[in-house]
Amino acid sequence: MIEKRVDPAKYDPRELGLKVGLEIHQQLDTRHKLFCGCPTELIHEETGHEVDEFIRQLRPTRSELGEVDIAALFEWRKGRLYHYHAPRESVCLVEADEEPPHELNREALLIGLAVALALKSSPVDEVYVMRKIVIDGSNTTGFQRTAIISLGGEIEIPSGKKIGIQTIAIEEDAARKIREEGRYTHYMLDRLGIPLIEISTAPDIETPEEAYEAALTIGQLLRLTKKVKRGIGTIRQDLNVSIRGGVKTEIKGVQRLDLLPKIVLYEAIRQKRLLEIRDELRNRGVKEEDIVGQGIVDVTHVFKNTRSKVIKRALRSGGKVLAVKLPGFAGLLGVEVQPGRRFGTELADYARFWGGVGGLFHTDELPNYGISQDEVDKLYEALNADRERDAIVIVADREDNARKALKAVLERAACALHGVPKETRAARDDGTTRFMRPQPGSARMYPETDIPPIEVTDELLDEARKLVPPKPQEKLETLIKRYRLSPELAKQIIRDVRLDLFEELAEKYGSKVSPSYIASIFTNIIRSLSREGINVENIHDYHIEEVVAAIAKGELPKDAVPDVLTYLAKNPDKHVEDAVKELGITVIDKQVVEKIVSEIVNELKDEIREKGLRAMNKVMGRAMAELRGKVDGRTVAEIVRRKITEIINENKTG
Amino acid sequence: MVILGRMNLGLEGYTGIARRLLENAGAKIGDYIRIRRGDGREFKGVLMPRYSIVSRPIIVVKLDNGYNVGVKIDENTAVEVIKTKEALLEEAKQGAPAVIPLLEEKPTPGKRPKVTILGTGGTIASRIEYETGAVKPAFSARDILDAVPEVGFIADIDAEVVMNILSENMNPMLWEKIVNVVAEKIEEGIDGIVIAHGTDTMAYTAAALSFALRGLPVPVALVGAQRSSDRPSSDAAFNLISAVLVAAQAPFAEVTVVMHGTISDTYALAHRGTKVRKMHTSRRDAFQSINARPLAKVYPFERKIELLRPPLRRRGEEELSVANGFEKKVALIKYYPGMDPEIIDFLIDRGYRGIVLEGTGLGHVGEQLLESLKRAYENEVVVVMTSQTLFGRVNMNVYITGRKLLAAGVVPGDDMLPETAFVKLSWILAHTDSFEEARRLVRENLAGEIEYRHTIDLYPRWPH
Repeated sequence: MIEKRVDPAKYDPRELGLKVGLEIHQQLDTRHKLFCGCPTELIHEETGHEVDEFIRQLRPTRSELGEVDIAALFEWRKGRLYHYHAPRESVCLVEADEEPPHELNREALLIGLAVALALKSSPVDEVYVMRKIVIDGSNTTGFQRTAIISLGGEIEIPSGKKIGIQTIAIEEDAARKIREEGRYTHYMLDRLGIPLIEISTAPDIETPEEAYEAALTIGQLLRLTKKVKRGIGTIRQDLNVSIRGGVKTEIKGVQRLDLLPKIVLYEAIRQKRLLEIRDELRNRGVKEEDIVGQGIVDVTHVFKNTRSKVIKRALRSGGKVLAVKLPGFAGLLGVEVQPGRRFGTELADYARFWGGVGGLFHTDELPNYGISQDEVDKLYEALNADRERDAIVIVADREDNARKALKAVLERAACALHGVPKETRAARDDGTTRFMRPQPGSARMYPETDIPPIEVTDELLDEARKLVPPKPQEKLETLIKRYRLSPELAKQIIRDVRLDLFEELAEKYGSKVSPSYIASIFTNIIRSLSREGINVENIHDYHIEEVVAAIAKGELPKDAVPDVLTYLAKNPDKHVEDAVKELGITVIDKQVVEKIVSEIVNELKDEIREKGLRAMNKVMGRAMAELRGKVDGRTVAEIVRRKITEIINENKTG
Repeated sequence: MVILGRMNLGLEGYTGIARRLLENAGAKIGDYIRIRRGDGREFKGVLMPRYSIVSRPIIVVKLDNGYNVGVKIDENTAVEVIKTKEALLEEAKQGAPAVIPLLEEKPTPGKRPKVTILGTGGTIASRIEYETGAVKPAFSARDILDAVPEVGFIADIDAEVVMNILSENMNPMLWEKIVNVVAEKIEEGIDGIVIAHGTDTMAYTAAALSFALRGLPVPVALVGAQRSSDRPSSDAAFNLISAVLVAAQAPFAEVTVVMHGTISDTYALAHRGTKVRKMHTSRRDAFQSINARPLAKVYPFERKIELLRPPLRRRGEEELSVANGFEKKVALIKYYPGMDPEIIDFLIDRGYRGIVLEGTGLGHVGEQLLESLKRAYENEVVVVMTSQTLFGRVNMNVYITGRKLLAAGVVPGDDMLPETAFVKLSWILAHTDSFEEARRLVRENLAGEIEYRHTIDLYPRWPH
């Protein structure tokens, strides 16, 4: 029998034969969107906007062979409507699908080609824009425009291993989902059409850590172009994960890089567990025909007087309770496939997707949830099931929905005999994944006939060459030489997402504030604030520039910087000026400092005469007690040293 | 509607060395091929048509991941066919799951209004070809019910292709053909007609039918799409359902254009065929009634029609008497500053029988045209004045030029759209030889083309 619980520590990905391919999507920082003249900035929610709204349906389209996207079809049948919000400053008729696309943004193509060259990838000779059918409303057209610009290539990760690149594509970003309201899904259109570069690696990655390193290395290369966006949602990873004997599973929408190794490991475990369940079923002698042949039984009568709230609610609104027997599955539905997610959860995902029901109950978890032992006994009776051997799944809902849900459960259960089904899954915040949809077929790509193909000429490639990012090693040397950073600090700042901002500030303020200090704002101060749980994503670039500018002008003591940044992270609409006021950071005039130091020095004159510069610590201590947070410690030290020296010299001459 | 129907045989778009290489390899569009280049790079994929107009030594293949790319070739390139299109299709069919209908429910048997959908071109329903992405128009009743099954719940559908042309190639002879087919269908006892039409010239055809189908007893709804039907966001299905609803259930018996009312999929508008105009190049709600309120709001999901004004004729009120025929020697001329009177003279000399002028403001043209217009009158060429402003009514009594034009025999076109006036004059001249009778008829309201009252709200306001 299989262990019920999963212990992730017990699994060695290499032993499982893990293979991972990454798809990295990064927003490009171009002047305008990929197929229209709109700017590529998202609107700030806080400020007022003129927003137009409209409502659309999307109809599933068929391929020549009659295939239709099943997920899209379900949504359409349910009467799904999409409510779009179009802020005028960032959306035009093109995003509204009310005007054909303009020609492909040349700037985006050039950046893409530059990245391709940096990855030793071979650009195609003519770029064709395709329509990839995506009918969840996130594209007003019902498809995403995408074009392969380059094939092949490789990237080296820090361990020295080379990861192959399969394709590099330029595509349009999708709209932002803002909420769901009954039949309506609301989308904000500002993000729709922002150029993305998509880099797909070969399945050369063999451990969760390698996946992380590869994503990091590619991310760094992209940032070194200085032509990409940063911040939440500007870079997203999709994963293709398989293990030996498993199946290539697509995992969508990994936004947090630190979660990536966990997601990879958990998916490897899930596939391994599904293989174990398969073997167990085979051991038990379960046959596919036994499963698919099971009838769906109406067991509403069992729950006439039930105390289960879920079932009561379903019955009150005219629903029924239907049940199905899974022969030979006893105990297996309670088996975890990922921490906290059982095989029963996998079945429930299918029931939800195909039947549109809220969920299901299975006998491995009953009696519970208000369902009594007596009701469970009657269930076994009604389905003529063997407690030791069989499991029973029940669904309470509208009859047609419940029936579809249980049919899907049977089909999924039958798949268990083969191991891992081909699925597209969505990443969850805890590193586990849930079923999203069956994998779409290859028939979802059509040529975008509104956009002429673009020949990749030698002139275009020459232009792209000018944008090729420097190699990390070269960049490191530049940072050390130009800004006199220590190799250690340079290594840290080159991996920082705000590298470009550092360089900008170091160029602008480097003569007044040391670049090493500016770098430490990113590598030290902001990181430790983040570790303290402060939402540093709220700190805008202009906040950091204001801080550096204030230091340069002598208006902000360095000691106060962590407090100021904390304040700004909590009040992102405010400015450094506000922080200084609110936090009571008084910046003292140098003359005042001189006066205070003079007073202390006078008081301690005797001691100073005696000890000379060794009295400095004591003087500093007294001075800083009065001046901390109001003036930079180094400035105070300078004055103290000068005053002490004066006294010592006085002594000598006197 | 856009026709994307490309031929899917042969070697479309390939010329020169690319064509030679492909021909030598015996490759045709849709075959799975391998390209080996002199530089060692190899590409495998399905050969696609090259739909760029510019000729280049490039072969387009659809890679296994579904993407198309262009591959540059030269004398050192080798091309070979790995699998033929036919073999590919056969394989795909074997692996393909059963075809799932869009809707699970079927219309319950029972009596429904009979509606005929006539096709004139474009793709109200279409299929995308699996390998090449080419859009193939689908126009049997079965195809339509397959693609837009909702219409089967509203009416018993019959479909017929009358012609297959691009809308910009429409002409008065083809209007006559459509009139004949519509008349035939009405004789057969059909309850309503839908005409699928390209949007560019749909308003002209609507006007033509409005004048020719005298005493129309059933609704005739023209419908089109501003986004081609091969895409999920197409407005084709929404508009078609709305048009079928009008044909099957509308209380009015008029020729209408039924298209999106806003850019949302909420309601369509049924516009009177003589007052409607395409006012935008690309928006779904491009069609608007000018100087008039639309006839009805149509809610396709709710299956509801909301009348916005009294109709000209109710369903079954009159009996059809077709007056088919359009004079081809009629011109529509837009006046511009400094326009050369020779243009008018040319038309007179070439035997034109009617000229519709799109004048400025209240209905003016430069004085330099006066002599030629007088000549037109003397030669019994009917000249009708409309306005470039589109909104409002011409009034040629206000300024001296207007009065001079009236004196020269120019007939004011009231608040008629220039296009409607053009169709109306073409129709009138085909049905009377009398110059005076024709001039009189221009000013008579024959098919709701003249609106005598313009309320203040009829003029749209633009953003400011």
